[in-house]
Amino acid sequence: MIRFEQVSVRYEGLARPTLSGVDLTVPEGELVLVVGPSGVGKSTLLGAVSGLVPHFTGGVLTGRVTVGGRDTRTHKPRELADLVGTVGQDPLAHFVTDTVEDELAYGMESLGLAPDVMRRRVEETLDLLGLAELRDRPIATLSGGQRQRVAIGSVLTPHPRVLVLDEPTSALDPAAAEDVLAVLQRLVHDLGTTVLMAEHRLERVVQYADQVLLLPAPGAPPVLGAPADVMALSPVRPPVVALGRLMGWDPLPLSVRDARRRAAGLRERLADVEPPAPGQPPHGTPAGGPGAPLPGPGGREAPLPAPPAARPGFLDRLLGRGRPERTAPAGPPTPLDPDAPVASVQGLGVRHGRIEALRGVTLSVAPGETVALMGRNGAGKSTLLTTLVGMTEPSTGSVLVGGLRPSRTPPRDMVRRVGLVPQEPRDLLYADTVAAECAAADSDAGAPGGSCRALVSELLPGVPDDAHPRDLSEGQRLALALALVLTARPPLLLLDEPTRGLDYAAKARLVGVLRRLAGEGRAIVLATHDVELAAELAHRVVILADGEVVADGPTRQVVVSSPAFAPQTAKILAPGQWLTVAQVRTALETPA
Amino acid sequence: MTRSAGPSRLRHALSAPAATRANALPAGAWWVWALGLATAASRTSNPLLLGLLVGVAGYVVAARRTDAPWARSYGAFVRLGLFVVAVRLVFSVLLGSSVPGTHTLFTLPELPLPDWAQGIRLGGRVTAEQLVFALYQGAKLAALLICIGAANSLANPARLLKSLPGALYEVGVAVVVAMTFAPNMVADVARLRTARRLRGRPTGGIGAVLQIGLPVLEGALERSVAVAASMDARGYGRTAQVPPAVRRTTHLLTLGGLLGVCAGTYGLLAAQGAVFGLPLLLAGLLAAVAGLRLGGRRSVRTRYRPDRWGVRAWLVAASGVAVAAAMIWAGTADPEALSPGVVPLTAPVLPLWPAVAVLVGLLPAAVAPLPPSPSQPKERA
Repeated sequence: MIRFEQVSVRYEGLARPTLSGVDLTVPEGELVLVVGPSGVGKSTLLGAVSGLVPHFTGGVLTGRVTVGGRDTRTHKPRELADLVGTVGQDPLAHFVTDTVEDELAYGMESLGLAPDVMRRRVEETLDLLGLAELRDRPIATLSGGQRQRVAIGSVLTPHPRVLVLDEPTSALDPAAAEDVLAVLQRLVHDLGTTVLMAEHRLERVVQYADQVLLLPAPGAPPVLGAPADVMALSPVRPPVVALGRLMGWDPLPLSVRDARRRAAGLRERLADVEPPAPGQPPHGTPAGGPGAPLPGPGGREAPLPAPPAARPGFLDRLLGRGRPERTAPAGPPTPLDPDAPVASVQGLGVRHGRIEALRGVTLSVAPGETVALMGRNGAGKSTLLTTLVGMTEPSTGSVLVGGLRPSRTPPRDMVRRVGLVPQEPRDLLYADTVAAECAAADSDAGAPGGSCRALVSELLPGVPDDAHPRDLSEGQRLALALALVLTARPPLLLLDEPTRGLDYAAKARLVGVLRRLAGEGRAIVLATHDVELAAELAHRVVILADGEVVADGPTRQVVVSSPAFAPQTAKILAPGQWLTVAQVRTALETPA
Repeated sequence: MTRSAGPSRLRHALSAPAATRANALPAGAWWVWALGLATAASRTSNPLLLGLLVGVAGYVVAARRTDAPWARSYGAFVRLGLFVVAVRLVFSVLLGSSVPGTHTLFTLPELPLPDWAQGIRLGGRVTAEQLVFALYQGAKLAALLICIGAANSLANPARLLKSLPGALYEVGVAVVVAMTFAPNMVADVARLRTARRLRGRPTGGIGAVLQIGLPVLEGALERSVAVAASMDARGYGRTAQVPPAVRRTTHLLTLGGLLGVCAGTYGLLAAQGAVFGLPLLLAGLLAAVAGLRLGGRRSVRTRYRPDRWGVRAWLVAASGVAVAAAMIWAGTADPEALSPGVVPLTAPVLPLWPAVAVLVGLLPAAVAPLPPSPSQPKERA
């Protein structure tokens, strides 16, 4: 169905080609998953199928791409529209019309289908994707999951034979992601659609793939094969595969179900071992992923600027055991009572117009504690975070951060008490270069010159000074935004969906950084859909539903029992309360 | 069928159904209705009739408006109308007026102006007559604006563009996409302002605007490119193969027609040439329309659920036309009642028949499909 013959793509101004020597054939009716670290050209490969590369993006494509027998060199994207349906990373950028029903019909109108055919297909698609109740809704009012489904629906209605999707589930909560994947599987099985999909969250999708296309490194030739075979050599892998590789299972399990069948012995071995406390890293072992070097202090002149000293006393109590903590170099004392919560929220209610975004939320965050906020898209997670920084005014209840009411405190004082990295880290950046950005952050925070730059190098070595923030990779951009926020040394750090668009290596680095910050006594609150991240990091998980707190407790208790929020390792090893592969590895290495 | 069933069936048939996509009124119907009211407003300066017209438009808007974003424009138009009245009054006070009057209200100090500025007066005597005259004129303009505002808030602008001829459809889509540019930019500004707050900077002031400006424009441009890519990949601009002869004829007709329209308009407006102006204009229009129709053949587009002109749509449009026609007729039959005298000052009276005719404009509030009540809390976005 899709043929790549010796395809190379080179963009202007880049030293080496983004894709080179791609030679592969995707047969009809297969679901092919494209995997690889960030920046290896996954999006370029997908764009080449829909003809957007090179017709729209520029660049030079050599070799030949044919889809259903049509050569993309001679066919413009619009002439492939009846054959290929494309959904990009951001569904909002995909929409042309303003309501759901019109959006579903748009592609068919362009192709000139007969009105009665259009009407029938719109109704079918509304049912197929569960969008019937939303048919008259303006697209701007939909939630992330609904938008993604509308975007997929809008390219499905012309009945394309190939569907190309770039990260269709990254922005979605676990349940919405399952919905979308179920739809894709139905398309492949019932309609024989060929699906080509790139996704970073392999734990969600790898089990559905018929074949996996691995792009191991920029410019390296791709590997296409059965999922289990490719996963055995992939540098990116979901926890279920990591566990399989750890245990030497062959063939590798790809789904929780496969792994559970194999894991009977492992479960027995681990039965009498007490799982370590969640969020507590085994010494020196970065989480699950490969090569996640914690930026060592060696050689760096400036460590984190004067973080408050760790408070082992508190952690001891929290973790229920006494293990000496590495204390960070002491800085000027923060005016905080070590036992006082960094943030306390009492009976908080927030209304947006008529909608109650939050109702009666009570929460308190202690220093050194990491809290994961989870829940559906639109459950009020982001609203809670913005209320904590004072961007949203509470309508009832009280919010105290560092003893101040955030919405009544000038921003300049607030940045010293709480820092928020928004969902789109790019929003925080408006200078031309990384260096200018860092200088601005230093002056905003009143920190000595160079402190922000030192933080960037410490969080992620190798971010060039003169790069434009827009040209950085997702991981680099996140590191920069995090450094900007940390420059003011806030004792409370908030992150909104930090792992969107990050590959496993970048994620593992982020986990390392956040753990260290927590170890230094900072409180961290993250709103996330990423159950694996929550399992790695969080001491406590708070689940929000419809603006109310429905669960609040230690990660293990909240997460293990929940089908939606349990990480893969927990599902495989239930009823044992193991959350991450790293925990299992340590337990196996330590003689019982 | 029993006799008693008759009235109840009739009432059932008359009561407006709940609005759905299937029975949605075409945007054109609302515009015809509103332009009818606006025409009527332009024909009278009687403040009572104007007030009645504004009341009719306001009532229909209140009864049939949805909670879509464009529906909120009505309030803005009303404020604009009041502003126009205020400006008209202020100018009349400051600059004086040509209306002769005897009832002096107060006298402003007059600014002496040089000879060449004869005919212009600054300050001076302010009479009741001139103020009343300015008020009437301002009210007429305000009523016009409010009628346009009513159409804006009742009709979906995207659907209005959908009723363009096929050859122009793609231009229409481009306009729609451009229209979403503005709200997106507003959203961007809000997001970047909060981001500034996150970095501990004040959100107001010139500095903030300058710093936010560039990223906002960059973001908007990036989004436009992304939408363009999406539209291209979804078949926007696909064309059918047409014989070269047809294509050439299309070009000839369209270009020639437009030239004819230009030349004809010039002829009509110029001092001489009215003789050839009108026929040329008509011929040009005909050729252009034919060119557009022929051009439509190149477009392969079809329309999904186009708006249908049903009985209710015709009633809505007809009610507007009826108001306009009645007012025009009344203007010839009884001009005194429609423009009450200013010199000498007389209290305006409400002429019975034109007033009744204006009330016909209330018909849409009864026949147009009823949108879901905006007060109902909607599902969380």
